[in-house]
Amino acid sequence: MADSVSSEEVAVISNTDITSTESENNIINTMVERGTALLRKLEINVAEAEKRTGKNTVNMQETYTVYLIEIRPAETEGGTPAAPDTLWRRYSEFELLRTYLLVTYPYIIIPPLPEKRAEFVWHKLSADNLDPDFVERRRVGLENFLLRVASHPVLSNDKIFFLFLTEEKGWRDAVLETGFQDKADSRLKSLSAMFRVKNPDKRFTALKQYSDELNSVISQLLRIRARVADRLYGVYKVHGNYGRVFSEWSAIEKEMGDGLQSAGHHMDTYAASIDDILEEEEHFADQLKEYLFYTDAVRSVCRKHELIQYELEMAAQDLAQKKQQKEELATGTVRIFSLKGMTSKLFGQESPEQKESRLAALEQSIQEGEETVKEKNTECQQFVRAAWDDIEHFKEQKDKDLREALISYAIMQISMCKKGIQVWSNAKECFSKM
Amino acid sequence: MSISAPRGLASSGQKPITEILHPLSAAEEPLSPGPDVTVSGGRDKEVGLTNGTPVETPSPASASVLFNRLQLDDDLDSDGRDPYADTETHDLFVTVDDPKKHVSTMETYITYRVSTKTTRIEFDLPEYSVRRRYQDFDWLRTKLEDSQPTHLIPPLPEKFVMKGVVDRFSEEFVETRMKALDKFLKRVADHPVLSFNPHLNAFLSAKDLNKRQGLALLSKVGESVKNVAGGYKLRVRPPEFCAMGEYLDTFNQKLGTIDRIAQRILKEQSEYLTELREYGTVYASWAGSEEELQRPLEGVAGCVTTCCGALEDMSENMGQDFLPVLREYILYIESMKNVLRKRDQSQAEYEGRLEAAVLRKQEDRTPIPAEVEKCQDKMECFNADLKADWERWQSNKRQDFKQLLTGMADKNVTHYEKCQAAWESLITLLQDKQTEDKTSCKSLWEIRQ
Repeated sequence: MADSVSSEEVAVISNTDITSTESENNIINTMVERGTALLRKLEINVAEAEKRTGKNTVNMQETYTVYLIEIRPAETEGGTPAAPDTLWRRYSEFELLRTYLLVTYPYIIIPPLPEKRAEFVWHKLSADNLDPDFVERRRVGLENFLLRVASHPVLSNDKIFFLFLTEEKGWRDAVLETGFQDKADSRLKSLSAMFRVKNPDKRFTALKQYSDELNSVISQLLRIRARVADRLYGVYKVHGNYGRVFSEWSAIEKEMGDGLQSAGHHMDTYAASIDDILEEEEHFADQLKEYLFYTDAVRSVCRKHELIQYELEMAAQDLAQKKQQKEELATGTVRIFSLKGMTSKLFGQESPEQKESRLAALEQSIQEGEETVKEKNTECQQFVRAAWDDIEHFKEQKDKDLREALISYAIMQISMCKKGIQVWSNAKECFSKM
Repeated sequence: MSISAPRGLASSGQKPITEILHPLSAAEEPLSPGPDVTVSGGRDKEVGLTNGTPVETPSPASASVLFNRLQLDDDLDSDGRDPYADTETHDLFVTVDDPKKHVSTMETYITYRVSTKTTRIEFDLPEYSVRRRYQDFDWLRTKLEDSQPTHLIPPLPEKFVMKGVVDRFSEEFVETRMKALDKFLKRVADHPVLSFNPHLNAFLSAKDLNKRQGLALLSKVGESVKNVAGGYKLRVRPPEFCAMGEYLDTFNQKLGTIDRIAQRILKEQSEYLTELREYGTVYASWAGSEEELQRPLEGVAGCVTTCCGALEDMSENMGQDFLPVLREYILYIESMKNVLRKRDQSQAEYEGRLEAAVLRKQEDRTPIPAEVEKCQDKMECFNADLKADWERWQSNKRQDFKQLLTGMADKNVTHYEKCQAAWESLITLLQDKQTEDKTSCKSLWEIRQ
């Protein structure tokens, strides 16, 4: 289906005779414990971020961040880790890669990139793209993106992806050479078009609905989480005032002074602790955001399927029309209004030669139409098979990832409680010594 | 009649009458006598309910408290026991409890049961149980202020509540008020001078408190101080009373700040709680559209709900126990400043009269009138009472705030403990299904290993 792919990839999906489960098993068998072939060879991480300034496309100075990608061979005999190959990439290059993947593998749920701008922020976080905390979280997000692509049974074999990891300079040209830009434009157009499918595939309809629900509920969750964080910040920070007033009060006391003073310090500690707590919680928000953005990818696979289905239906409809026309022409009955038919009625019948040539043209057209329908049908079936494999894969991944996200969230909460117990126990001891 | 055991009231033998100091005596009063002051002559009995009147069972608390009093002061303090366990008088115990609503045609009001146990001969009976309403407490306090102007009278909880804003008959309000009234009465009963006030006696024992009948036994000091002539200017205030005034001003300020902080925290917590509740419901609704994740998500929703409950409990507690005590002390400080002002007046009067008398003596050899000496007595009396009361006030304040703040810290610890327990039980639920691994589909976490 895709043009510029390695032969391995085609082998996996173009074998249309096998059933879906067999296909799934094949994929399982080809993947060893360590994951995809790519990950067996390489270790990938996004190690650092750095600020750069340079001229952009409109020749204006701009500041941007670049990220260092490190590639290491996965297994080293002899024990000493080899020096990594490295290259620098900026966010826009990641975006380019992703667009390429979206266009090239429309039946795959392409892993999302971390957000371009900070959203769902609570008041403390700046929405500034150059803010170090934001940059750090973005670094993690980009690494996740690369790891997800590298561990995907289909995407990991893509040559352009491999070049992204290895060719700093020549990569851009290589991507553009694939000619995906044209497809990108038509894809955008078609995805935003309004059309209605007559016989929608129930599975895809259900998936789209689920994806929309998930999108809505995660958005809600992120919004409220931000408000909760904001309020909690307020609660903790107000306690800092106790620190100050206890200190002032201790100045006029004799025996109570020491106890009050040290308790005050603990109140300051308590108030300060919220900053780290909320920073850690951002990690959980990021995990949710990843799946929020995943829903967009799911949605576009569903839309692409709808488009293919629609094109198939259109082709079939077109063919049926042409066949109808041929029949009418052959038998002389007019059932469908046509301008030609009208004009011939008005201005006289056409000659038998004219009729013959018209019939021949229609015959040709019908043959072409049948070809088209056959192609579209195959395309549709292949799409459905490949997409559904990936969707099952995605569902399991989602369940695992989100479960783990919830576990780490619970762990964070426990850690926060422990800190609270610690501080207040210390304060209690100080009070009891008053 | 059975009276439920008063919380942690100290119990000891009665003091012989000779040891009880006369209110007008300017001699030093024992301040915090500690465990030593118990034993006197033959009249010392264990549980102070011994003048022949049959009583059911002695309050269970008293024996253990008696035992505790034999330990060191420090242990007593750190034990968190009743702060009044080591005060001077141990033969008058009072409790306020059992609130009841009374509905009459004219008005609706609450009465409280006031129970008394005593061995003092000033009381006819060893036990009393009467019902009193807030008005009666207010009457008592006013009478005490009038009749004992040289002493610090403990404060009452606030008199006026905004109708419509606060529900005067809600359980929380009544409970809070009752605790404050109980504290007030206990402080008065523990005071070596105030506890012998005849108005207190009437309050505790009379069937019907006839408040309009002025009791004849007003102390002489009281009368004369009330009738002090105005117009005398104070020259120099002794430094110890200056220090008291300054302390009270600063302390008042700090208490006000603490009150504001506490209220602000309650407000922030309330808003946090609102958001947190909604947060929990989103998890619950998400669970509805999931299969594998349904139970984990419901678990999270449940956890969040538990945390909401824990926070609610703590906030309620702060409102009921913490804030009222702060407010009480602020009122206490107001009345104390009043007493300081009266002391100043007493000194000013004395000095003024003395000066006038000295001048006259210089002019025409008139001897210094006896009144001047009386004034001096009054002033010195006032000073001594005040100093003594100040010390006991400081000591009580220390206990009260130690208890208050320790309690606040404790509530916070409990709150976090509850939350931690909830999240920990969730983790076991979440990690439960980890063992099933049908496919080689990896989570991101697994990929990163």
